[in-house]
Amino acid sequence: MNQTLSLAVDADGIALITLDVQGRPMNVVTPALLEELGAAVERIRTDAAIKGAVITSAKADFMAGADLKWLLEAHAQIHDASTAMAFAWPLNQLFRQLETCGKPVAAAINGTALGGGLELALACHHRVAADNPATRIGLPEVLVGLLPGAGGTQRLPRLIGIPDALRLIIEGTHLNVAEAAAKKIVHQVVPPESLVATAKAWVLEHGNPVQPWDAKGFKVPGGAGGMDPRSVQTFMGGTALVAKRTNHNYPAPIAIMSAVYEGTQVPIDTGLKIESRYLSTLLLSPVTRNMIRTLFVNKGAAEKGARRPTGVPASKVTTLGILGAGMMGAGIAYVSAKAGMQVKLLDTSTEKAAKGREYTEKLVEKDVARGRLTPVKAMEIVTRITPVTDYQALAGCELVIEAVFEDRAIKADVTRKTEAVIPAGAVFASNTSTLPITGLAEASARPAHFIGIHFFSPVEKMPLVEIIVGRETSQETLARAIDYVMQLRKTPIVVNDSRGFYTSRVFGTYTNEGMTLLHEGVSPALIENVAKQAGMPVGPLAVLDEVTLELAYHVTQQTRRDLGDAYRPLSGWPVLQKMVEELKRLGKRHGQGFYDYPAEGRKRLWSGLASAFPAAAVQPEAEEVRKRLLYIQALETARCVEERVVTAAADADLGSILGWGFPAWTGGTLSYIETVGLSAFVAECKRLAARYGERFTPSPWLEARAARGETFH
Amino acid sequence: MAEAYIYDCVRTPRGRGRNTGALHEVPPIQLAAQVLAALRERNQLDTSLVDDVVFGCVSPVGEQGAVVPRVAAIIADYDQNVPGKQLNRFCASGLEAVNTAAAQIMAGQSDLTIGGGIESMSRVPMGSDGGAWVSDPAVAYKSYFAPQGIGADLIATMHGFSRRDVDAYACESQRRAAEAWKNGWFQRSIVPVKDILGDVILDRDEHMRPQTTLEELGALKPAFTQMGEDFGFDAVALQRYPGVEQIEHVHTGGNSSGIVDGCGAVLLGTKEIGERLGLKPRARIRAFASIGSEPTIMLTGPAPSARKVLKRAGMNASDIDLFELNEAFASVVLLYMQDMGIPHDRINVNGGAIAMGHPLGATGAMILGTVLDELERRGLGTALINLCVGAGMGTATIIERMN
Repeated sequence: MNQTLSLAVDADGIALITLDVQGRPMNVVTPALLEELGAAVERIRTDAAIKGAVITSAKADFMAGADLKWLLEAHAQIHDASTAMAFAWPLNQLFRQLETCGKPVAAAINGTALGGGLELALACHHRVAADNPATRIGLPEVLVGLLPGAGGTQRLPRLIGIPDALRLIIEGTHLNVAEAAAKKIVHQVVPPESLVATAKAWVLEHGNPVQPWDAKGFKVPGGAGGMDPRSVQTFMGGTALVAKRTNHNYPAPIAIMSAVYEGTQVPIDTGLKIESRYLSTLLLSPVTRNMIRTLFVNKGAAEKGARRPTGVPASKVTTLGILGAGMMGAGIAYVSAKAGMQVKLLDTSTEKAAKGREYTEKLVEKDVARGRLTPVKAMEIVTRITPVTDYQALAGCELVIEAVFEDRAIKADVTRKTEAVIPAGAVFASNTSTLPITGLAEASARPAHFIGIHFFSPVEKMPLVEIIVGRETSQETLARAIDYVMQLRKTPIVVNDSRGFYTSRVFGTYTNEGMTLLHEGVSPALIENVAKQAGMPVGPLAVLDEVTLELAYHVTQQTRRDLGDAYRPLSGWPVLQKMVEELKRLGKRHGQGFYDYPAEGRKRLWSGLASAFPAAAVQPEAEEVRKRLLYIQALETARCVEERVVTAAADADLGSILGWGFPAWTGGTLSYIETVGLSAFVAECKRLAARYGERFTPSPWLEARAARGETFH
Repeated sequence: MAEAYIYDCVRTPRGRGRNTGALHEVPPIQLAAQVLAALRERNQLDTSLVDDVVFGCVSPVGEQGAVVPRVAAIIADYDQNVPGKQLNRFCASGLEAVNTAAAQIMAGQSDLTIGGGIESMSRVPMGSDGGAWVSDPAVAYKSYFAPQGIGADLIATMHGFSRRDVDAYACESQRRAAEAWKNGWFQRSIVPVKDILGDVILDRDEHMRPQTTLEELGALKPAFTQMGEDFGFDAVALQRYPGVEQIEHVHTGGNSSGIVDGCGAVLLGTKEIGERLGLKPRARIRAFASIGSEPTIMLTGPAPSARKVLKRAGMNASDIDLFELNEAFASVVLLYMQDMGIPHDRINVNGGAIAMGHPLGATGAMILGTVLDELERRGLGTALINLCVGAGMGTATIIERMN
């Protein structure tokens, strides 16, 4: 009994292959599909009663690509060229067998055809798509660090020309049916009800079982290879843009360029081999594993509530209270109202509270102007937010989030005022980014219901929410906080209490290392460029300018007061102190920081840095700077694991990439350590510690872990 | 080891390298043939004695494909026994051809050779030959390929050469070239190009703009901004030079070498063959050398190649009377002067490619002749000829004038 498809031959001798992978919401490439499709192709080829075939799907989609969990498991088994090719080649070969089976095959694309789905359709001789607005067509493999390895890099350029094909494959763009038809990726668009009949009619009436690229005299449309000036232009410009965008950190885009460049100059059979070899190099790359594991498997799991305590009934916030209508409060109000919640937005004056709602008004206005939102829906969102000043308005809230000034006394005050009115079972959450939750919960009469829900700024753009469990926080409270984040369709991670929790704490090591490098006389351009080339979205000095040096200064002073004798000055402190106290360059908002912000043109590093922090005669290698900036973050994350601030490796990885932009190619801070290798990482940290200071010293715990070869995942 | 002597140098004037340029109508093979014919006629050469004709060419495809010097020798009515070969060391091809022709003599395997170069940039545009370095993604990616102009601007940025610095250099190149032409200092080597009826098409360098002012140069738009910023090449270059905050684009059509058509050749031989043929040796080749340098910035090869050739010759920079460094871009020369400690009045004394143009494969042979003429005019002894080269190379030759 087939598990993935059925094959039925009609009176005209047309075999209808209907994809329907059992136990999956969508059709995906699995080992069983490979086997059963292989048998079907063999039958079409050999059964004289079969004149041709139509491939369609019984599910809403045609086929959505490969099963990423299967890919991730397979990745662990792939360790050399032959195991990689053994994985890469069969599907490629199967699709080639399909298009050379000698009988016409049409794809009846009823819904979304992505990745392997589109590649299957491209291996058919004719493509009919149902006029379905939900359909997405594309080759998005690059987004998981792969290339379309079932002929996608070979057939698409042969079909639509290299420039268009490269754009689609390198960007991983999704097209709708009309766009796919305009690009001549699909031949016919018909109403859904006549899809299969139209495909069958093509087989009966026109059925040509020879692909264009197998016909005599075929030439790649628009030219190919190193002798065609158009193609030379495409590859010359394309390679530079790939280098610019990837900074040589992501191997997939350049592998795609090469597979297309080399593969389109040779017969397709050779091209497919070349493609499989390049796919193999990606299957052997840790970056591929890192991206699949963190960005898809673990992110998807987190969004489905992987960290939610079991046994707590599902909950839903219908009315949310927000204390403080500043930037964070206003942002939280917007995303919550957009998710359908009633929001009581409280501040000390009606004006302030109303100003918080204005933020939502502006955002929905933009969406309306762009046609993403109807005016009616926009109005609904805005009216869900009620600006209030009286705590009584919070009486019906299931959840209240405070986003007031980072001051313990103020926070304690609003906590007490809120708890006086909200139901006994309601959850009280703090959006603090720095103050320990357990301490804040001391102001609460019911600390079991007290939790940290840390949003990132700007709230509507940042997908991560860091949930902080205080000492007294109950499992039920945690579950309800996660339910709320899932209602927002954001990605929750769960961490335990600590100064700066997880994200702020580790991020601080990055900016500190940047200032330390400057203090040592490393050129600021080198620091900033190397950070960006390593994949950080913003250099450490630029990001300090963004958050303002003033704020960093105050946080440091607060920490010093809080810790008393236990305080150890940070290695970057002299720079921060000099910038703030002596040079009065307080950050971007103040018009000047490490950078100048001219009224016109781009920001430029302040020329005065050269005299404030004189450059050392000998500058370090870029690789050394890069290592310091990345290792210090990874090492601090390992300390968070040791201190049980972080208890799940997936949380550490997701938090680092989605929270502060740790480079995605690493898979996150802990995946990065595993990419380097634990022993190598520890050894290198020791070398860095000897050279640059004890902040790089790995703990005995980490050393022991490395010695045992115990990874984090 | 035998000595290689220079007996004669000739070059065509350089025509503007576009379809309105004077030499655009002349096929490259005819340019080369006229130059070879001139060498024969000026020296009453028994061409059957020529052991080899070595030519450089940077875009050896189409009309410049298939071994131009051999075919040109046939067209120039050389003896059919004269072989030819073509080589490519990008912008130093013409000098490399002279070096190779000299090497055959120095190795004792030839008595009389011709080294030279050809490039008709108006007919076979730069880049016509493609190349994996540019078009193959795996190659361009691994080698951090960026076009030369990006490297020139990067040199200016790294060494603090301002737009005014590079423009001022360009202005002086124009002034020097104009003065040299006015005074006839190029006359000895110039071979006017003729049409098939024998009428002169071009007898002086066509690319020059002697009236150019610093203000006019300053008004030109930087040529490589778009390539750098929109096509990603600045980012590629900064990946190799992360200590540079951003590249300042200072080079324009006015302070970079001009695109032109032209051909040049040098007659070399042993002392004995000169005596036998009654030719007077004008100079001898003291040494030559090439090096590889960082390919992304691409244009920093001259100084290391100069140091290498000086060492090979057992000389110091101070032993060189005149330097001739191809003016690919103004920043290349400014860096070289700074790096080698050469005052401006000892380098490119009669201007260079910024004023007169750079017919890629021919330039090396041309500027060797230019500087030899000048050594003779000034009664000086030694010159070092040098070019920056694509993909990060440098080629240098030292010549010594014979009294």
